[in-house]
Amino acid sequence: MSDIYEGLVSAFWLVVTLDPDLVQISLRSLQVSLTALFIASAIALPFGTFLAIRRFRYRRLAISLLNALMGLPPVVVGLIVYILLSRSGPFGVLGLLFTPTAMIIAQVIIITPLIASITHQAMRELWAEYHDLLISMNTSSGQRIRTLIWDGRRNLLTASLAGFGRAIGEVGAIMIVGGNIDNATRVLTTAIALETGKGDFALALALGFVLIALAIGINICIHWLSRTEREGRW
Amino acid sequence: MIPRILTMLVALVLGSAAAAETIRLAVTTSFENSGLADVLLPAISEDLGLEVQLLVVGTGQALRLGEAGDVDAILVHSRTAEEAFVADGHGTYRREIMYNDFVFIGPKDDPAGVAEATSAADVLKRIGVTQPDFVSRGDDSGTHKKELALWQAADLSPERFGPWYREVGAGMGASLNTAAGLDAYILADRASWLNFGNKANLALLYAGDAALFNQYAYLAVNPERHPHVRNDLAVKLEEWLTGPRAAQLINGYAINGETLFVFNAKPE
Amino acid sequence: MNTILPLTLTDVSVRRRGKRLLGPVDVIMGSSGLTMILGPNGSGKTTLLRVMHGVERLSGGKVEWSVGQDEARHRQAYVFQTPIMLRRTVADNLRYPLNLIGIARKEIEAEIVEWLARIGLTPRAGLQATRLSGGEKQKLAIARALIRKPDVLFLDEPCANLDGAATRDIEALLQTALSNGTRIIMTTHDLGQARRLADDAIFMLRGLLHEAGPADAFFNAPQTAELRAFFRGDIIT
Repeated sequence: MSDIYEGLVSAFWLVVTLDPDLVQISLRSLQVSLTALFIASAIALPFGTFLAIRRFRYRRLAISLLNALMGLPPVVVGLIVYILLSRSGPFGVLGLLFTPTAMIIAQVIIITPLIASITHQAMRELWAEYHDLLISMNTSSGQRIRTLIWDGRRNLLTASLAGFGRAIGEVGAIMIVGGNIDNATRVLTTAIALETGKGDFALALALGFVLIALAIGINICIHWLSRTEREGRW
Repeated sequence: MIPRILTMLVALVLGSAAAAETIRLAVTTSFENSGLADVLLPAISEDLGLEVQLLVVGTGQALRLGEAGDVDAILVHSRTAEEAFVADGHGTYRREIMYNDFVFIGPKDDPAGVAEATSAADVLKRIGVTQPDFVSRGDDSGTHKKELALWQAADLSPERFGPWYREVGAGMGASLNTAAGLDAYILADRASWLNFGNKANLALLYAGDAALFNQYAYLAVNPERHPHVRNDLAVKLEEWLTGPRAAQLINGYAINGETLFVFNAKPE
Repeated sequence: MNTILPLTLTDVSVRRRGKRLLGPVDVIMGSSGLTMILGPNGSGKTTLLRVMHGVERLSGGKVEWSVGQDEARHRQAYVFQTPIMLRRTVADNLRYPLNLIGIARKEIEAEIVEWLARIGLTPRAGLQATRLSGGEKQKLAIARALIRKPDVLFLDEPCANLDGAATRDIEALLQTALSNGTRIIMTTHDLGQARRLADDAIFMLRGLLHEAGPADAFFNAPQTAELRAFFRGDIIT
């Protein structure tokens, strides 16, 4: 119990004094995970919507595959990305291993199936509801997709936030492909693993609390932004 | 709005990649845990204008990183593996830099009587008889290799041990955490032990046998194998690490008044 | 403005999984008035309505308007038995069909204000449409269908499950549309409503058009035994 108390106290001081290492590590966590989130959303949201409204031959297979990929162990993703990006691997010439870019690549692979799958679920429901009306109104397929994305935007936001939560809390993959290099690829989760390894539980916990606060903060921020738009209408 | 965020993110990504001269050095967890890096790296940056990016891994992975050309140099402590690395042409030579020593850690009440042992081999024989919980790194690291060599020297083979011998497959810190949780014996490098924050009921029980010395060596990755490695920087770093400033910092480094490392690089 | 009517169905049939749901049916829908489609459950009323609207795949036959398919599709509207509300505000539900056809914003806003008043939802313009009561939803759905001034309005049991007040409001809306020249084709279970609104009527039985005629003759002098039984309230299959 005293460990948790000490963790809270040192978290408090780290934040209050704006500890430069903490600020740098937190910003890098945000930078890596938000970039990964942005890229993954750009792929997964349209793809999930597409899966929901279009019938094609391998649709069932694509959906099963997506759901299976959602459970990919991050460590395995990390290892595969590592081998691909290693100097002796197929993409070695790019020199991306142990850079934030490598971490972003790994996180994109981890969260894209998750976001796409949640998007598909939400959009399938909405499409079932809207199908007859939009057909009756003689809408073009572009109008249909725009209507679905607009009216389903809250669900899409939830899908993206789920992806962000998984990305920012992930440690297995980015430890492997990032290498936890101080001042270059160290992020909150890998720093926590490092401090735990050193037996410095108070600092590890402090970083943990900062991580949790950051994740909650981002969630609240985005929900608040999405709500102001309709304030007073509810 | 979205393009602006994108630009910002791209700037962030590129920004962090664009630094001065950087060199990637794979080091062992025991070296990183000693805290010596925090003293050496700023001095290197000051003297050479060189940013050293440390990849903290076990000796096994450090050697793999060097073989794949993913780092420019490695700093490890496992002589046989280092010599094999050079023999296979992944490096051109090994340069000894310094040594520290391994220590036996165990529960304060010391059920195996390790504190009264006369040598490292005697320590392990006593443990082999009493069979208290013993945590092994089990991760192919330098420390793990050292432990296996010590068992062999004591005429014991861990493969035949019962469940009291626990291979955790983790780094030094995580293994110490496990030992603290189990009240078990463990072989650790002195630096990691002194810097370890979660000592619980553990204490240093035995140290001092020459068999426990832990020699660190520096190996630059062979530029003929991997043309992209910064061999020029690796050589520069090697010169610094074997020079007088490094000698002074390494010999002077102490935790709670105890010095940890002995500089023993020979001038070329 | 010329009308897209008459609507001609020639030898139309719909089969699903080997089962015949409709047809063959031949019918011509004239250019004015309200046609009421009656019949027991499963007789093919809704299928016939959807076939006319062009949202049901045909297994055979032709559905033709006096103008091309594309133009005809734009000039008709359909109100479903369970109203489908867009997950937007009441006003945005009315705005949606107008945005699809791209008219001046000022005109759109004027139309919305007018229709909100007509269906009595002005004070709830900013409310999420999904939160309306059943009767309000159906009124909104009808307004959303009529706001594009379609030549033809299809309604599938618009007053099922609604109370008397809501039914009266909806019938008034339909009467106004009729007097403005909108052609209405609808189904109902409510014989009273059929008598109140119909100019002519169709009786469907087992997927076929069993009897049809002007309202007066249809209700007062049914020709077939089945229609007489239907009016008596017998169960017919």
